[in-house]
This record gives sequence, structure tokens and C-alpha cells, in this order.
Amino acid sequence: MSPRVVFPNKVLPYLLVAPQLAITLIFFYWPASQAVYQSTLREDPFGLNSKFVWFDNFKRVLSDPGYLNSLQVTAVFSVSTAFVSMAVALLLAVMADKVIKGRGLYRTLMIWPYAVAPAIAGMLWLFLFSPSIGSLAIGLRSLGIRWDPLLNGTDAMILVVSAAAWKQISYNFLFFVAGLQAIPKALIEAAAIDGARETKRFWTIIFPLLAPTTFFLLVVNTVYALFDTFGIIHAVTGGGPGRSTETLVYKVYSDGALNQLMGVSAAQSVILMVIVIALTAVQFRYVERKVHYG
Amino acid sequence: MKAYGVAAGLAATASLFYSTSAFAVTEISWWHAMTGANNEVVETLSKEFNESQSEYKVVPVFKGTYPEALNAGIAAFRAKQAPDIIQVFDAGTGVMMGAEEAMKPVADILSMGGKPFDKSQYLGGIVSYYSKPDGTMLSFPYNSSSPILYYNKDVFQKAGLDAENPPKTWAEVWDAAKKIKTSGAANCGFTSTWLTWIQTENFAAWNNQQYGTNENGIAGTDVELKINAPVFVKHFQDLADLAKDGTFKYGGRTSEAKQLFLSGECGIMTESSGGLGDVVKSGMNYGTGSLPYEQGVEGAPQNTIPGGASLWVFAGKSDEQYKGIAAFFEFLSQTKIQSRLHQVSGYLPVTLAAYEDTKASGFYEKNPAREIPIKQMMGKAPTENSKGVRLVNLPQVRDIMNEEFEKMLAGQQTAQQALDSAVERGNKAIQEALGN
Repeated sequence: MSPRVVFPNKVLPYLLVAPQLAITLIFFYWPASQAVYQSTLREDPFGLNSKFVWFDNFKRVLSDPGYLNSLQVTAVFSVSTAFVSMAVALLLAVMADKVIKGRGLYRTLMIWPYAVAPAIAGMLWLFLFSPSIGSLAIGLRSLGIRWDPLLNGTDAMILVVSAAAWKQISYNFLFFVAGLQAIPKALIEAAAIDGARETKRFWTIIFPLLAPTTFFLLVVNTVYALFDTFGIIHAVTGGGPGRSTETLVYKVYSDGALNQLMGVSAAQSVILMVIVIALTAVQFRYVERKVHYG
Repeated sequence: MKAYGVAAGLAATASLFYSTSAFAVTEISWWHAMTGANNEVVETLSKEFNESQSEYKVVPVFKGTYPEALNAGIAAFRAKQAPDIIQVFDAGTGVMMGAEEAMKPVADILSMGGKPFDKSQYLGGIVSYYSKPDGTMLSFPYNSSSPILYYNKDVFQKAGLDAENPPKTWAEVWDAAKKIKTSGAANCGFTSTWLTWIQTENFAAWNNQQYGTNENGIAGTDVELKINAPVFVKHFQDLADLAKDGTFKYGGRTSEAKQLFLSGECGIMTESSGGLGDVVKSGMNYGTGSLPYEQGVEGAPQNTIPGGASLWVFAGKSDEQYKGIAAFFEFLSQTKIQSRLHQVSGYLPVTLAAYEDTKASGFYEKNPAREIPIKQMMGKAPTENSKGVRLVNLPQVRDIMNEEFEKMLAGQQTAQQALDSAVERGNKAIQEALGN
């Protein structure tokens, strides 16, 4: 047990948390309760007529094969994005850690992409991989690969994962670099003297000691892949071709904003909310325990 | 630093506030979805109207693509922040008609301007598409278009095709496209924007085929789709077969394919006549022709249906604003404005007078391309199959079709499977949207 901090004043602590509470109430609880309310209604697009239908919208969502498809798409997309962005960032961080000259410059350059807005990152990759004019697409074609993200679902998925992961690499890089610096040099040197090679040193010393950072990034990256990638998908594929890049979040948008099915869309966001709550609980309860914070 | 910024901002806001209130100008907001050359036309028209009088000020605001603009309008209405005028694309017409209480019929507004509204001076086919079954005109036809054929004359010459004689039937288009591809004149032979609007809705009307029951939704909202009939299946199987070796190239769900044509990647394209402005701007040596039809089908070619967009006015605005909107619509209806709009943008003239005026000026002799969409639309009296397509949720149904088309073009299913499942899913979505 950590020692409790006791405020002599009875009102002040409440006053201090009030702004945060107000923000949470206005920007989280209020819209969330609206979504729950809307999910029990059936409305025309303009909201002129509405009918209370209990859980009918949830039934419709869960029996929709398109919804199961987007569940699958979301899983593939989030796992790939989190894995690719963290793996590449870790590799770059380990490399950058070895550089002696111009270390600051390397690091600054690595952090730049983080400042790029999602939609712009999406457009950038869209151009690079645009089948007829993109420079990378032309390269792929000359290698004999038929690259067509407009019609091939796998190609489209690779494209959105690349764009989403690329944007997150900088952020992960920053944390990995900080994590690496916190590892005592003596440990690594001792292992080197004992004859452990570089790969061995990495997997037995550096990687386990980076676990708190990795865990933190895992949470952040999963949340990012699930919720912050809407802009990229919207700009690059629009959920297509077919429905092969339609994630859960994108489906909420396409059903609600494009197809004007407000109740169905609200029901999906309520389900999404439940998923997030469950996911966070699981992550902190089970995964965090195994991580050992130095 | 920050304090200065805030102070400057306040000053700017204050001066803005004073300047608008000093003149007491009624502002009319106009949300639209026009890009490129057509956006310039919107800006010019608003500017000219604002300079022509001092009581009203039209403020155009770009709101993204057609579907995005419609959604922005709906969201704004729900938040009680609706604009005065909103441009809604053809497919959104059914959606808007389903929300009568939210809209004010344009026929009423035009009569508020002082002059009685005379429907007969507008082109019949276009006006009837934007009217209720009882004949009340609900929205103002701003930019009406029809799909036509564009081709790259340089590519035609390189491929050994007759550059003065564009293909007239789909079979001829396929032949020309194959020749372009095999001769190496271009990377791809044929592309098309809007597979839904052009290859499905207009394909049906132009070949006098039924798209859906109840006169494709014009006579009533309860519609059953019929687009899996053999003639559609054949057409889409042709496209799917040509897509295999890249003779046909897919560009995207809306007008993305225009880039494939403008960049010289594809030699032939079917696109809205409203796309002419961008083709002209690109400086390409282009030619135009009528939308191809299916040879051997009885009654083909029949007539094409209006596309493009119309201007809707939201209900619940002040009389002053409605008067301003009436004045703006009067301004847009003027023969000289309509003639110019038509000649510059490739959209159809909305009034008969503007058509006659353009004809008399000898414009069509020099620019035969501009008369193609008018002739296509007015050539024959429309049948039950060719008055237009109107569904309460046409944007959603189009998306369903797009998904199935994409799977078909990727080789995952045949045209028959794609159209069968588009019909099944589309019918289900229509029934759900009707609340059944």
C-alpha cells in the first residue's frame, strides 16, 4: 500500500478534479448515453419520425454477415498494424542506439512522420502505390507482381496497414529509444564479456527489460489501430474493394453517415464500446501482471 | 504573444460582425459538391449574382463529394443548422423526397419571388425527374448531365482506328478497346466512371430495359430490382472478361476513372457530359460520341436519364431568405446565364430558351459534343423504363452494387452471381429503408 495523501481542505480536492470530471461527462458520458439511446430507435435519415424498437437494431447487426466480415477485417488489420509498426520501430531504435555520430539528427528525422495527419499519410501511400502512376507500384509491376489495390482485397489491406503502421513507427521509435537508454550499460557489457553475441544479448537482456515499454506500446498501438485509423482507410480505400478493408469503425461510419441507418450504426458503436472496455480490462488484468517493471 | 493573437482575432471578428450588420445583407448559404472547372463556375455565378444586386449575398461552401455533401446537409438539419440551399445529386433525390417536411418545394419559392412559376419554360424530362408524382417541382435543376462517350483521338490513330468515327455499340467499343490494348497504343482500352449510374441505370434506360418495378421507383416507392436480367448479365460479363487482361480498367466507384483517361492510360471512357470541362482543360486531342447501346435489343437506343444534381431548399427559413433564394434561382434561369453555363461546363441547359439560343448561335455546329447529351435525353419520349431511377436509399443500393461489381472484376465471382446478389441485397435494403 502506498501512503495516502490527505488534504486538509474538504472542498479543494473536488474542485481540483472538477474540470476533468466535466470534460469526461460532456465529451464521453453524454455522447455515449446518446449512442445507447439512439441504438434502441429506428429513424428516417432526417430524424422526422422515430420508433422505439428495443434491441431490434442489435439483432440486425449481429445477424448481418457484413458485420462478421468487418470483425474479421478489424482483427487482421489491428494485429498487423500493431505488429508491423512496433517491430520496425524496435529495429530502428536498436540501430539508432548504436549510432554515435549524428545521433540527434537520426532521431529527429525518425520522429517526423508522426506529425503527418492521418488523411495525408493515407494520400501519400495512395500515390506511391497508385496502380498506374505510383512509383512503388511501377516498381512492383516491373518485378512481375500484379499490384491492384482497387480490386484486390489483399493488396488494399497491405496498403492500409503500411500507411497506418508507417505513421505510428515514429511514436513507437521514440519510446523504444527512451526504453533502451534506461537499460544499464553494465548489464550488456557484462554479458558481452561472458561471450554472449549480439542477438543473444538482445533477446535475453534487452528485450525482456523493454517489456514495460513494449506493453505500453501494445496498448497504445491496438487502440490506435482500432480507432485512429479511420482517416487513413477513408482516404485510401473507403472500405473497399468489396468490403475487404471495412473495419468496425469504418462500418459505423458507412452505415450511419453514408447509408443513413442511424439506429443500426448506433448499435454498432455501443458494441464497439463494450469491446473496448473488455479489451482494456483484459490487457491490464492479465497481460500487465506478467510484465515486470524494473 | 498569445494575448496579441487573441486580441487580433477578436478585432477581426468584431469588424466582420460590424461590416455585415452595417449593410444588412441577407446571406444565403449554398452547400455544393463541385470540384475543378465546375467549382469555378459556382464561384463565378455567386459572385455575379452578388454584384448584380445589394440585398442578398450567396455564399457557396464546398462540402466534398456528392454523397458527402448530402450527408453534411442531413447532419446539419438534425443539428438544426441546415444551410439554405443544398446541391443534391441524382441518387439523393429519393432520399430528399422522403423528407418532405424538411424541404420547401422550389415551385413555391419561385412564386414567392413575385413572378408566377411557369414550369413549361424548363426542359420536360429534367423537370419531371425532380417533381413529385402530382407535378410539383421540388428542386431546382442546377447541373443536369447525361453520360456520353469520350475517346482519345491520338490513341485511336496510333491503334489504326478511325478517329472521326467513335464506336456506337458496346460490341464496337469492346473491339476498339482490344485493338488499342493489343496495338500498344495505350495501356488500357476502356474505362468508365460510375458503373452504377452509367453501366446500370443508364444502360437500362438507353436500352429500354426495366431497372426495377414501379417504373424504376418513379411511380411508387416499393421497388423490386430487375437488374439481373440476361441483358445486364451479358454486359457485365463482357466487362469482367475484358478486365482480366486489363483491356477494361476499373477506376473507382465515382468519377476516379476520369484520371485514367486524362493521363492517357485508357483510350476510351464513358463519363458524364459534365466531365467535359476537365477534358477540355487537359488539352487532350479528344472526341465524343453518344453513349453506346447494346445492338439487337428492341427499342435501343431509347433515351438516357438525367444525372447531375439539383438544388434543394430547406424548410423553416425566413421569408426574406426565401425571397433571396427566389431571386437567385431567377438569376440562374436567365437565358444568357443558362446558355453560358451549358456552353462552358458541358451540363445541359435547364430552360428551352437557353437551348434554342445556343442552337441559334451556331454553337453546336462548332461543338457537336455539347448537343449529344441533349439529343440523347430528348430524342424519344421516355418509356416506363427510361423516366429515371428513384429509390428511397439509392446511394446505399449503389454501394451494394459497387461492392458486388468489385468482387466480380477481381475475379471472385461471375456477372450472374454479382447481379443476383446485388438484387437480393438491394431488395432487402430497400424494404428495410421503407420500414417493412
